[in-house]
Amino acid sequence: MRVLIPTNHKTVKEGICVSFGRAPHFMIVDLQTGEETFIENKGATSGSGAGIKAAQTVVDSKVNAMITPRIGKNAADVISASGITIYKSESESIESNLKCLSDGKLAVLTDIHPGFHGHRE
Amino acid sequence: MKQLLVLSGKGGTGKTTLVAAFVERLKAKAYADCDVDAPNLHLVMEGLGSPDIRPFYGMEKAAIDASLCTGCGDCKTHCRFGAISRVEASKQSTAFYQIDPYACEGCAVCEYVCSEGAVTLGYQVDGETKVYHDQNVFSTATLKMGSGNSGKLVSEVKKNMRTYTENLERDVAIIDGSPGIGCPVIASISGVDLILLVTEPTLSGISDMKRVIEIAEHFKTPIAICTNKYDVNPEKTREIKAYAKQVNIPYVGDIPYDKQVAVATNQGVSILKVPSRAGIAILAVFDQTIQLLQALEKQKTSASVVDIQFT
Amino acid sequence: MKVAVLSGKGGTGKTFISVNLAEVMAGGCYVDCDVEEPNGHLFLKPKWSKEIDVVQKSPVIDQDKCIDCRACTTFCRFNALAGAGQKILVFEDICHACGGCVLVCPQGAITEKEKGIGTIKEGQSEKTTVITGMMHVKEASGVPIIRQLLERVSRAENVVIDCPPGSACTVMESIKEADFCLLVAEPTRFGRHNLAMVHELVTLYQKPYGVVLNKSIEGENPSRAYCEEHDISILGDIKYDDLLGKRLSEGKIPVRVERHYQQVFETIGHQIHLKMSEDKGEVT
Repeated sequence: MRVLIPTNHKTVKEGICVSFGRAPHFMIVDLQTGEETFIENKGATSGSGAGIKAAQTVVDSKVNAMITPRIGKNAADVISASGITIYKSESESIESNLKCLSDGKLAVLTDIHPGFHGHRE
Repeated sequence: MKQLLVLSGKGGTGKTTLVAAFVERLKAKAYADCDVDAPNLHLVMEGLGSPDIRPFYGMEKAAIDASLCTGCGDCKTHCRFGAISRVEASKQSTAFYQIDPYACEGCAVCEYVCSEGAVTLGYQVDGETKVYHDQNVFSTATLKMGSGNSGKLVSEVKKNMRTYTENLERDVAIIDGSPGIGCPVIASISGVDLILLVTEPTLSGISDMKRVIEIAEHFKTPIAICTNKYDVNPEKTREIKAYAKQVNIPYVGDIPYDKQVAVATNQGVSILKVPSRAGIAILAVFDQTIQLLQALEKQKTSASVVDIQFT
Repeated sequence: MKVAVLSGKGGTGKTFISVNLAEVMAGGCYVDCDVEEPNGHLFLKPKWSKEIDVVQKSPVIDQDKCIDCRACTTFCRFNALAGAGQKILVFEDICHACGGCVLVCPQGAITEKEKGIGTIKEGQSEKTTVITGMMHVKEASGVPIIRQLLERVSRAENVVIDCPPGSACTVMESIKEADFCLLVAEPTRFGRHNLAMVHELVTLYQKPYGVVLNKSIEGENPSRAYCEEHDISILGDIKYDDLLGKRLSEGKIPVRVERHYQQVFETIGHQIHLKMSEDKGEVT
């Protein structure tokens, strides 16, 4: 299973980024092999539709799931349409969240904010 | 960090006056002026020091290289924003087309349809962001005249406030919003914990207040109302209170009209610095608002209560 | 003649001045371009005769024709299109209706429908024609509505345009066709600061302009000082008046009931004409 997590920095030591759409980086982890890659979130600097562009990046990376504290409706629509499951993060620690996911303890994110017209922070 | 946003719908109801007072009373560690079209908060905040200033790049705009333009007019035919006009042939040149950067929305259709490669899109400086951070963090910005990127700039102002204030989980940031309900207001609502709607007891004020309530509800953001200059029309003030009760919105207080507000503003200080009835009333509204924020926080995190700090 | 009334700062009295100025003009037309929060009709209470939907184009994807080449999602500068689950999703709220996706689709799979973004109402209030634009809540920009509003009055005489507060896109659109800009300023530091901003705007647009000082009180007036420093003509100075404030809070129109205000606004109207002639005189 491949999982995507928005991060502030290119390291697993720092926390999950609070804002999905404007997260500078996305970390992709292969839970089977443990391989970690970081890709750039091109939506981060968009004037409008940051969440949508970020979601497009997620969809195109062909992951199975993603973990985030929150997400806007527009981004959620794109990601759900591709069949990727969105999990709600349980803390700021990436390692802790990945462990919870492996143990089947992470909940699916249901509290989704309406779109902010591309001005989500 | 919790965020309290002050909106009004109608302009001139007193958002900035209240924000300045709240910041002082709270000894806020972070605050922002998101009224980027007409920023005023810096005029009543003292001891700001020098800010970090950065250029703000809005959206891309198109430009036509007249030397490559053959005057076919395809660009103008396809431009939906009336941004392209024809310059007739003269002794110096054949007819060519030019773009009005104020009307251009950066859609790039002209670049796509141009068969001569005469159109390019590029960024330019549309304003600047300023962050004062000597004592606390104050994030603001100015939009260059003629630019149309208010929403994006508001997002930048809020992002800057967050960047400079990591690890302030227990504090409240106060945000001065803009009038209206469009782009800049929508951008400012993102991530906010509570909107304080400052209205006035006038027909216009009430009408505008209702539209702000609609937008707050659309973005599922809690809202509270207070009435400024309530004594201009006590009957209309009662109407506002009754309306708030009817739609289940907390009413956090009344503030009287007070000439001292203009005195304080013109001295460049918050209303709390001069003796005034308005100042006393504003403090009462402040107390109610912070209590409401704490109650909302308790609702969200019933397991662990995060007490909001203020002195 | 089209006079645009603007101020930068909100709450300075644009609507008060626009409504009353339109009233004193012969066969005046009041146009409310503050489409986010229109207020003039609350005072004028016109008998409405027309209501028009303002529409904007919105892309529609024929998913059967779509081959998922992503030309449209790549082209869109506003990120209003996304490809997921072998479909293209359209985000109407973000779309600027530029028509670009329709052009770039190699399969002709994109057409456009009309989406309502607001309304324009027309009516009559005694001798004044009233045209009001209102944006639907949740739309981001009222600019297309303002554009249509001004198209409707392009050949009208004696038009007063009530502008939105601020100095950005909606204001710019509102003053584009104006022959004269009347800047309303209140006697505070805030008022002065925002007056400076709209002063810069009308200068950039090369519009003739003048200032009306509103809610004037005893003592220093930073906005008056600004006008004096920058050699700006002051065409009127309206004193702060408690009773006026109360009347306005109830939606009354002062020029209809008080001789004093009728004179005040007739004078302002006259001063505008004088200033325009003066400006033209300087050019020729």
